[in-house]
Amino acid sequence: MELLRFATAGSVDDGKSTLIGRLLYDTKTIFEDQLEAVERTSQQMGTDYTNLALLTDGLRAEREQGITIDVAYRYFATPKRKFIIADTPGHVQYTRNMVTGASTADLALVLLDARKGVLEQSRRHAFLASLLGIPHLVLCVNKMDLVDYDEAVFERLKDEFRAFATRLDVTDLTFIPVSALHGDNVVERSANMPWYEGSALLHHLEEVHIASDRNMIDARMPVQYVLRPQSDEYHDYRGYAGRISGGVFKPGDDVVVLPSGFETTISTIDTYDGPVEEAFAPMSVAVSLADDLDVSRGDMICRPHNRPTVGQDIDAMICWLTEAGQLSARQKFGLKHTTRSVRAMVSEVQYRLDVNTLHRDESASALGLNEIGRVMLRTTQPLLYDEYRRNRDTGSFILIDETSGATVAAGMILYRGA
Amino acid sequence: MNYELSHLQALEAESIHIMREVAAEFERPVLLFSGGKDSVVVLHLARKAFHPCKLPFPVMHVDTGHNFPEVLDYRDAMIEELDARLVVASVQESIDNGRVVEQTGPRASRNQLQTTTLLDAIEEHGFDAAFGGARRDEEKARAKERVYSFRDEFGQWDPKNQRPELWSLYNGRHRPGEHIRIFPISNWTELDIWQYVATENITLPAIYFAHKRSVFERDGMLLADSEFITRTDGEELFEARVRYRTLGDASCTGAVESDADTLEKVIAEVAGTRITERGATRADDRVSEAAMEDRKKEGYF
Repeated sequence: MELLRFATAGSVDDGKSTLIGRLLYDTKTIFEDQLEAVERTSQQMGTDYTNLALLTDGLRAEREQGITIDVAYRYFATPKRKFIIADTPGHVQYTRNMVTGASTADLALVLLDARKGVLEQSRRHAFLASLLGIPHLVLCVNKMDLVDYDEAVFERLKDEFRAFATRLDVTDLTFIPVSALHGDNVVERSANMPWYEGSALLHHLEEVHIASDRNMIDARMPVQYVLRPQSDEYHDYRGYAGRISGGVFKPGDDVVVLPSGFETTISTIDTYDGPVEEAFAPMSVAVSLADDLDVSRGDMICRPHNRPTVGQDIDAMICWLTEAGQLSARQKFGLKHTTRSVRAMVSEVQYRLDVNTLHRDESASALGLNEIGRVMLRTTQPLLYDEYRRNRDTGSFILIDETSGATVAAGMILYRGA
Repeated sequence: MNYELSHLQALEAESIHIMREVAAEFERPVLLFSGGKDSVVVLHLARKAFHPCKLPFPVMHVDTGHNFPEVLDYRDAMIEELDARLVVASVQESIDNGRVVEQTGPRASRNQLQTTTLLDAIEEHGFDAAFGGARRDEEKARAKERVYSFRDEFGQWDPKNQRPELWSLYNGRHRPGEHIRIFPISNWTELDIWQYVATENITLPAIYFAHKRSVFERDGMLLADSEFITRTDGEELFEARVRYRTLGDASCTGAVESDADTLEKVIAEVAGTRITERGATRADDRVSEAAMEDRKKEGYF
């Protein structure tokens, strides 16, 4: 059974909680004691319906204020797949939460209200999904019951959204007309919309092809940890432990270790369960090499004829995640990229992007909370990186405030000059 | 070769990645072990992550003194098998030293007292990272907790001021005296744990499987007859066929009636169950809607 991670963004009004509640309820994921607790709390709060948002709004402050302030992870499974939902709040002041939830998602689910059309909020959610490199985007046109299940409404919204999506980096776009409240096209196909010939949402989530989303071409393994047992049984064994970030490695492969540039071959690829013939993303393995080299954490094992970029000047899209201060030129941060931790200085803020209109403000010199922009950085040591669009693992980094230790920014690497 | 991983293989790879990051970036990690199925799985993952090396950190048991004997035997056997170092942090010692005061009455439990014992031990040994077996599907405060969960110098969790956690880039920065709780199986569900136990052929303490036990009913839960609990009037003992879904302090962990005496039967039962494991078996989470959040803020697991 395969694992699919998807992200949703939205606020209470667009029916996101109802949609998730429906998926969980109809797949028998909501337990009786959870439902009873939610019903009890709904009554105490004076609402006359069972507020399914309470299932995910778990923190005291969230329930008191009736808002979602953080990413909530929800889990459900069908006989075909296991799903992890990163459920994030939708308003612009929660852009950082959306970015966080989207960073690991295979698929993004964006909601439109059939009565309201393509609003700023839906456009922003779609843009963030594309910025974070989520390969599959599903547009659920919700509340179809309130427009008499009218095909013309659905088609008009589809056209409108498609026109906008041409400006995004989206390869797989699917539209589904639903009524989360009544369950139309959520788990079962709806009899109310015979004109719709596509799948119900759950069926789409079960079937969407994600195995090809990984980069299977550029072999990359950042070294995490060196295994040196120094026991009698494994006297000379030295295993470079790490998680494959791309491509396929096999015993006997010629490899190069960066940044040193030493070339050697793979002797074995080991796991607790024994050696394996092939290792590919996202497996965690240990690689032993034919030659005795000086390899340590932060190094990258790859193929001699397919290397990542090695450089200290980085162009990236940055999302600023904290209310404590702004990002501007000359500032210094800790930077964590793959298994490598370095220091970085901001050389230049090139522009700030309006997440609603995609307008680039080139006069901007700083990024504040939830703002996104293009930034140039200089690092103390070279990074071994790929463009984020090509590899989300070797193309992403975080910035860390060196005083507080807080994670203050998310970065996605661009090709220089792109 | 189809280059696909099953959901269990994907979850395992993620957990191993997390554990190796911690071993590489922290000075003094420790693995918290209760003998419960989740901590058994975490220990198993640690063994896989560092094979063929021994565990690069010790294993710590916060011992309430209210143990199921089967679980202590299991703990000692595992430690011996792994040739690991065991640290025992004893709640009884915390009581004897006057750090905490034992609760009294029929509902007395040492569950809350563990927090002080745990934090004292973390400070005493200078641990800067502590692996735990918490899962996000267990409880709604946990659903929002990070894999790397930052604790201040008082061991407290601040749910409103958590570090964003993106991709698989974990931020372990902390100052002396602060530490980070690490939850490598955050994304696993109860069913995943059981399926993994079956796939990996992991031995669990016997009380996870159906057995005959002398129990009494309290708050809709079945509690085992033991020297640690005082029964009140009307709480009559009876024999039942039960198993445990979670393992905690013997004074507040309930059993469920079950005939599931094999892994296959347990998995079938878990797949069909309609009540969460904490709702069914943990008196400590029934105190209020936010009982878990409140305890976690104070430094609980």
